[in-house]
Amino acid sequence: MFGRLTVEALPLYSAIAASGAAMVVGGALLVAIVITWLKGWLYLWKEWLTSVDHKRIGAMYIILALIMLLRGFVDAIMMRAQQAMALNSGGYLPPEHFDQIFSSHGTIMIFFMAMPFMTGLLNIAVPLQIGTRDVAFPFLNSLSLWLASSGAALVMVSLVIGKFSTAGWTGYPPYSGIQYNPGVGVDYWIWALLISGVGSTLSGINFVVTIIKRRAPGMTLMRMTPFVWTALCTSVLMTFAFPALTVACGLLALDRLLGMHFFTNELGGNMMNYANLFWIWGHPEVYILILPAFGVFSEVVATFSRKRLFGYESLVYATAAIALLSFTVWLHHFFTMGSSANVNAFFGVTTMVIAVPTGVKVFNWLLTMYRGRITFHPSMLWTVGFIATFVIGGMTGVLLAVPPVDFLMHNTTFLVAHFHNMIIPGVLYGYLAGYMYWFPKAFGFKMNEPWGTAAFWFWLVGFYLAFMPLYVLGLMGMPRRMEQYNDPSWQPWLIAASLGAVLILIGIACLVMQIVVSIRDRKRNLDVTGDPYDGRTLEWATSSPPPVYNFAVLPEVRDREPLLDMKERGVTYQPPSAYHDIEIPKNSPVGVTMGGLSFVFGFAMVWWIWWLAILCGLAMWATMIWRSSDDNTDFILVAEEVERLEKARYRSLEAAKAANP
Amino acid sequence: MKQAVVTIRCAAIALLVFLVAGCDRMVVLNPKGPIADAERGLMIDAFVVMMLVVVPVIVMALWFAWRYREGRNARYEPTWAYSAKVDAVVWLVPALIVIAVAVLLWRSTHKLDPYREIASSNPPLDVQVVAQDWKWLFIYPEQGVASVNQLAIPAGRPISLRITSDTVMNSFYVPALAGQIYAMAGMQTRLQLLADQPGKFVGRNTQYSGGGFSDQFFEVVALSRADFDAWVAKAKQAPGKLDPPTYAKLAEKSRLNPVVQYSVVEPKLFDSIIDKYTGGHQAHGQTPTAPARR
Repeated sequence: MFGRLTVEALPLYSAIAASGAAMVVGGALLVAIVITWLKGWLYLWKEWLTSVDHKRIGAMYIILALIMLLRGFVDAIMMRAQQAMALNSGGYLPPEHFDQIFSSHGTIMIFFMAMPFMTGLLNIAVPLQIGTRDVAFPFLNSLSLWLASSGAALVMVSLVIGKFSTAGWTGYPPYSGIQYNPGVGVDYWIWALLISGVGSTLSGINFVVTIIKRRAPGMTLMRMTPFVWTALCTSVLMTFAFPALTVACGLLALDRLLGMHFFTNELGGNMMNYANLFWIWGHPEVYILILPAFGVFSEVVATFSRKRLFGYESLVYATAAIALLSFTVWLHHFFTMGSSANVNAFFGVTTMVIAVPTGVKVFNWLLTMYRGRITFHPSMLWTVGFIATFVIGGMTGVLLAVPPVDFLMHNTTFLVAHFHNMIIPGVLYGYLAGYMYWFPKAFGFKMNEPWGTAAFWFWLVGFYLAFMPLYVLGLMGMPRRMEQYNDPSWQPWLIAASLGAVLILIGIACLVMQIVVSIRDRKRNLDVTGDPYDGRTLEWATSSPPPVYNFAVLPEVRDREPLLDMKERGVTYQPPSAYHDIEIPKNSPVGVTMGGLSFVFGFAMVWWIWWLAILCGLAMWATMIWRSSDDNTDFILVAEEVERLEKARYRSLEAAKAANP
Repeated sequence: MKQAVVTIRCAAIALLVFLVAGCDRMVVLNPKGPIADAERGLMIDAFVVMMLVVVPVIVMALWFAWRYREGRNARYEPTWAYSAKVDAVVWLVPALIVIAVAVLLWRSTHKLDPYREIASSNPPLDVQVVAQDWKWLFIYPEQGVASVNQLAIPAGRPISLRITSDTVMNSFYVPALAGQIYAMAGMQTRLQLLADQPGKFVGRNTQYSGGGFSDQFFEVVALSRADFDAWVAKAKQAPGKLDPPTYAKLAEKSRLNPVVQYSVVEPKLFDSIIDKYTGGHQAHGQTPTAPARR
């Protein structure tokens, strides 16, 4: 009846695991109680969970990302604490538990923190920047969100029922095969990735089509903002790379469920095929994550230097070059697998070639600051911190791209330090910059700056303290993923690294305080104009938050910086001569329902509850058929209603102007 | 006040001592053989070249942020957004650096191919390496002996390793002597190393392989020629014999195995461990490609 699910699946094997489970359950209950107390369920369902509005979907993606950031960080600080104390002793975590933690840390941070954060920023900014009313497929967008959430929920549930994978975030076979890993952990990992991976592929397709087909009149490709360019490149990469991950995980699932031999040791299986498939997705994935962050930096640096972005065309070509080259370097993740010198050298050289367009981008940002007039909004601080820190990671990346150097440093903490040095400053600082930059656009009030600034400094210093020691430890020959060790000279560096994690913890606390204080003071910090930073691009041309249709009349674009162009021509904030009916997609419960069904389906597959899996599969299929045959998915917002909403906006603009001449 | 200065000075000295002591412990920066030495040299060369970009970028980031900040009234050119000359420099400088490092990379990757035997007047000593959960077995085919968790080698003589796994993927790593290479079941990888002087070094598995991973280290003992011969002679006197039942027992999961030697090794044991997974077919994936193979 319940497959292999029994009472033993509860995490009663260790007090730490049990308290982790209690926190997850308690947190979920607390949120449910608060929503009930606020009588918020109906509002939540009608306005948010069933929404197909890209701005709300974007906000929900980012909320998911921030929650998962907390979970992933708890994993991180637990590992740092374990390694700080585990000299010649077991520390406080047994190996089986430590191994789950490093696996879930990587899985969560890549798939359920960075990916949703990135998709959220795309959702909030891309349609506004290209001057359109929504993404090309609004319902698909909602479906993607709920598939991603369903994957995240599977990872969270593994804390409470059963165990998570111990095979690391890359899940290399044969260790992740059924012979060496018969439990449910790897299955949780596989199904979380399969389900959310489908969502990511769909998001990729959605944004490619949106950017290609839905730009405002006059917005040629070379007038798109740098963020939209990076979003386009990232979406193309998502569309082409994610299927490789889906195939790799799918084949691994077949090995595990049906006794096949794609990646097993025997009967013709070959784990090297897995490594290739995984990294054919995995390397583009790095750029999927980092390109939109580069886009954010490009926006932020121009806005807060109050200057045109330097070398726009160079930047566009560099972005496209990175996107193309990202498919040609995957083998550098396993130089140590015994390929011939020609193969290794080829992939080493292609890896280095990527450093050229990346270097160009860094110089373009620096030259945008040059002879600018810089104000240090927290977003700008993240940007400067990123540039200064990211080059160090880029440098160690070039070192690792030299195969013989990689032989020495691969699988050591040097490698761990390198990719955190790319992903924390490169990806996370970029996302946080974008989050603080576009927050007023999404919610209508500005974020508190002092708390944001404090968060930046703790994250910056914390980063150096946490990861520079790992470079040193790598040079001392310390492998990654060690639950305990016997070399006393490692311990001081590990203790330093754990102090870095504490600083980052304070940084995260500042981020939380920033949200609390910003919401408390929201009335004082209203963004009445919709243009809080004297912006240059179209998202600042509409109100904050924008109305459901974004633009009452689609803007005519004549320049790369359309809003600045309008300001210079003195045509901003002018009511149009006439309003028209606007067709708007209706909210739909199908997305969230599909998410729920896919979650139960994944859970049933993990625990071999076949009848439930079949039932959910059929239900998903029926729901899709039903949705596909529903022709009544839009409604018309009549011109009078648009006019009423717009007039209210112009009145508040006038009032603001009168108060602030 | 004076006391504070003294305290700071003491702290600085302590930090310096700590860092210097730390450097001494950085095994990667203190190689004990020509392969690791060449790999380290390469890393330092690439590091120095990269500093040509890294240092200016960091300096420019901080300097521009400071110099052009609001309220300082430095020169402000809001529309300066393109210059063909600057653009050319921005593309060419990274490109030239990458070309320089790429040439270095191409040459060194071929020179330090782990399949290429070390040129030496001494013929290399063959050792077969088997990764198990969670220990390492070293078989000396010429000497007919085997050793668990201890790799004894003659100093000054090239060592040619053939490596496989009888379990999940492992990675064989002796940072003082050479970089690592994966060990995979049903396949054979190769690695060359050489210890300049007698000494003791640590070797490890670096690829996570399950609960006993943290304990999966071994000792590399580089011995003088005479001492190595004595070690072999002693191994030949060891009571244990590595016949199939003993091997099967050894291959079971175990942690922190003591160092053990075996005086007799089933001939072709290493090949049979590979064949077990391939059914006797030619090991796929790892067919010879690199030069200097026998």
